[in-house]
Amino acid sequence: MNKLPEIKETPSRFRNTIGKYIIKRSSKCISCGLCAKLCPYGVHLRYDNYSKPIRPIEHKCIGFECKNNEYYCIDKCPQQALTLRLNPILETMGDYRWTSEMLIAHFEMAETGNLPNVKLEYDLGNSGGGFDKIRFINPDADKYINISDEEIDTSVQLNKTGDDRPVTTISIPCYGGGMSYGSTALPVMVGRARAAKVLNTLTCTGEGGYPPELLPYKEHVITQVATGLFGVREETIKYSPVMEFKYAQGAKPGLGGHLLGAKVTPAVAAMRETVVGSSLFSPFPFHSVYSVEDHKKHVDWMKEINHDVLVSVKVSTPIDVDMVAIGAYYAGAHIIHIDGSYGGTGAAPDIAKKNIAMPIEYAIPKVHRFLLNEGVRDKICLIASGGIRNAMDVVKAIALGADGVVIGTAEIVALECVRCTNCESGRGCARGIATTDPELGYMITEEYTEQRIVNMYMAWRKQWCEILRSFGMKSLKELVGRSDILVHLDYLDESERAKYKPAPNVEMVI
Amino acid sequence: MPKKYHIHASPVPPRVKPIGKYTTIEFREDCAGSCRKCVKKRCIYDVFKDNYTHMSIMEEPEYLYTCNSCFRCVQECTKGIFSRAINPEYRTLGDKYWTPDIIYKTWLQAQTGKIPVSGAGYRGPFVGSGFDSMWTDMSEIVRPTRDGIHGREYINTCIELSRRPLGLSFNEDMSLKTEVVPILEIPLPILFQQPEFGILSKNIPISIAKAAEKIGTLMFIKSQDLNSDLMAYAANLIPCVNKNNYKNHTEIIHKCKMVEIDYEPGIEKEFSELRKINNDLFISVGMPLNKHSSSRALEIAQTDVDTIHFYADNNGREYDSDNPLFIKEKIREIHLALVKKSIRQKVNLLFSGGMAMAEHVAKAIICGADGVVIDSALLVAMECRMCYRCKSGLSCPAKFENAELPYGSQRIVNLMGAWHSQLLEIMGAMGLREARRLRGEVGRSMWFEDLEKECFGPIFGERKVSLKL
Ligand code: SF4
Ligand code: SF4
Ligand code: SF4
Ligand code: SF4
Repeated sequence: MNKLPEIKETPSRFRNTIGKYIIKRSSKCISCGLCAKLCPYGVHLRYDNYSKPIRPIEHKCIGFECKNNEYYCIDKCPQQALTLRLNPILETMGDYRWTSEMLIAHFEMAETGNLPNVKLEYDLGNSGGGFDKIRFINPDADKYINISDEEIDTSVQLNKTGDDRPVTTISIPCYGGGMSYGSTALPVMVGRARAAKVLNTLTCTGEGGYPPELLPYKEHVITQVATGLFGVREETIKYSPVMEFKYAQGAKPGLGGHLLGAKVTPAVAAMRETVVGSSLFSPFPFHSVYSVEDHKKHVDWMKEINHDVLVSVKVSTPIDVDMVAIGAYYAGAHIIHIDGSYGGTGAAPDIAKKNIAMPIEYAIPKVHRFLLNEGVRDKICLIASGGIRNAMDVVKAIALGADGVVIGTAEIVALECVRCTNCESGRGCARGIATTDPELGYMITEEYTEQRIVNMYMAWRKQWCEILRSFGMKSLKELVGRSDILVHLDYLDESERAKYKPAPNVEMVI
Repeated sequence: MPKKYHIHASPVPPRVKPIGKYTTIEFREDCAGSCRKCVKKRCIYDVFKDNYTHMSIMEEPEYLYTCNSCFRCVQECTKGIFSRAINPEYRTLGDKYWTPDIIYKTWLQAQTGKIPVSGAGYRGPFVGSGFDSMWTDMSEIVRPTRDGIHGREYINTCIELSRRPLGLSFNEDMSLKTEVVPILEIPLPILFQQPEFGILSKNIPISIAKAAEKIGTLMFIKSQDLNSDLMAYAANLIPCVNKNNYKNHTEIIHKCKMVEIDYEPGIEKEFSELRKINNDLFISVGMPLNKHSSSRALEIAQTDVDTIHFYADNNGREYDSDNPLFIKEKIREIHLALVKKSIRQKVNLLFSGGMAMAEHVAKAIICGADGVVIDSALLVAMECRMCYRCKSGLSCPAKFENAELPYGSQRIVNLMGAWHSQLLEIMGAMGLREARRLRGEVGRSMWFEDLEKECFGPIFGERKVSLKL
């Protein structure tokens, strides 16, 4: 990446943002304007022709930490008109995997393209295992190499087979996961594709067809072929640099896609060639695939339709995921995409989301090692997804053995998804993201979507570059499979463990 | 093929106002009290519809029973004075095992008969104790899944409660020598039992019995608690008797299909006496789950018992131990002990205690149970809050004394409908068409400790912190 994409401040769509703190100005305020002058974070704004300072921009406030600064507005206000407290809403927001602080921090990254000023824990969730217990070892100080972010290579090569197809390279180690037309609002879909173009990476149609609005960005759009085959046509395979077979989704493997009736609007029905208002349940498996040989036929079929297309095989993570991966390799796939449980989904029975499949943290090293032992690891691109939430999860996944990752939820968190889980039914998302409701869907624009996603990845990139520099690496490729520089807190003696950031552990009300 | 088994749900609204998770907070300094753009009017889920009166008098707090937590009201309030917190009452629901979420979701299932479905991925912890330290294993490319839930394939959830011969033997004339015992089959691997608390009116056990009748399962009940109203459901009851009192209960033993007798050494001597009362009687032996369970199971399995029923405590733990094992470990231990002696297939194993969610049924069966027996979940279906006030003689916030029979039984039927559908989902995803084939099928599961060893062991070495399983 020679010239990094441009970061542009893209504030929240909502009148009141959600921050860690709330700061209130009472009627005692005489509008002297001092606080606006003092605060370097832009919490207090005051326009010249405005008599009263406007309401504080609360999410920018760094909170009680500010106390020792000479500009601490609470103490400096001559009228004592300002009060500061912890936002009680934090308790009602987020969950074990995406804590409220992680959500707020991602809103901030998507707004500014920078890591947040406010002290927030955004690298670790509260899940009590997996990525939340894994840390990078404390690096050797002499290893640090002082180079700029621009000089660091974060690209991933998607075709390693050496066949005569393009050696497609994406500039960041992430691409967008499938979110179908029907599950998300069209401006979200198009905005994600625009972001993929700016970032030189990819996004995926999901299994709902290929809306023509995506055509201007087709070099960056993966066509997904899932069991429902909704809207899949030869031409959509021809458009795409990569096509993805979705055999299963980690959040609900063994179950087909769900799109409940209320979201099947006339436009969605037309795209999917189905009936308006009628719920769509994709078949569970591909009924034509019961063996690696059948699977190979599938792959060959796609390769024949488009001689330049790369083939990705998306599978979930059963106990024998390693065998599935090698099968995909022998069937001629360029990318094996393993999708662990705990990942995102538009709709799934809770029993499936919680219980089926292996967390991705286990599946990555299992598959990586198996491919290595089979001698084919450098011939296939291993992509992981399912519960990869933040920049640190990405590099941990890579150090465990993945080449890159697929991101779904974090991209919509960048669009201010609060993980309220209402995406599946009725009018869908009240925040205009996962909805086909015309009124709700127009709460969001393509421009906003594009820029918020670009900003978030640019903030993540800063964290990746710092990790690489501290281990003396110039490229993310050097990090692949370097599990020797990882530790897991539960595998350390107490004295060793004390050297690392503790795992968050709060009893949540879920 | 016989008619497909289907549980008919019909919505039953709650009797008492359910406890919502959230409550509003207003930082009121600036609110004009009647902003014409009030966010409360614009909630897309109409959460405040019933609460409009509050807007003029602004009483607080308001509890948001159906709030979907989208935060739009908070983020769009014109004065930014509106916020939310967790309803303190919600925190008091249940306990660490019977979490507020389990209770709340059970209420919804009992109300609607529908499976909880949601978007946005899983929100819970990576791993937990008890059943939360195992995952089920779904099908993949070469292990096709089954579709039972949308009716495209038939998934059978029947189990048997009758004993089976270990093998067949023949007379010289090739006629069958083995005595063929009758078969007792129930359509769902779930049985009911009388809960230990919360029986605050006689409608409660009758509701359970009636629900058992409707869906074709059976209910364990202490023989001394039987009354004439319950006798109408005798065919679906399993009276629990002991060596000393069964002779006082010949009327019900005569009418029911199965009886349970408390374990005691030498109890098998009573079986023939029981069968004298009712020739077709199936016999279950009941005993607490404790450290003697597997040896007792081995001993009893040799007799002509049909089913062995182990009782764990309300949180699924074994009795009489300082460090009690969880039911899933115990099921495995007992199942494997019988497998090792090659008599597992002869008897049926039922387990009760701590069965709180549909997934527990599937997981218990994977561990080696034939079926499970539920109790507290039945009360929760009838809006119990697991506050245990009734245990100390205090009033019941769910007003169990007024629960009507049709309400109670249909709420339970609805819950079972939702659980049945979830069983179909999970078995379909595993590629299994028979609940009986799920029994002991650990190949359809993944266990925390094994995965840690296999996947993390080579990287991180040996685990120093053990999870409380
Ligand atoms: S410093 Fe105090 S009085 Fe002056 S504008 Fe700020 S809040 Fe109002
Ligand atoms: S409904 Fe909730 S969880 Fe789903 S996309 Fe919208 S904000 Fe996110
Ligand atoms: S958070 Fe959303 S669902 Fe809840 S009351 Fe506010 S607007 Fe309605
Ligand atoms: S709600 Fe409380 S008092 Fe009522 S039955 Fe349940 S545990 Fe007992």
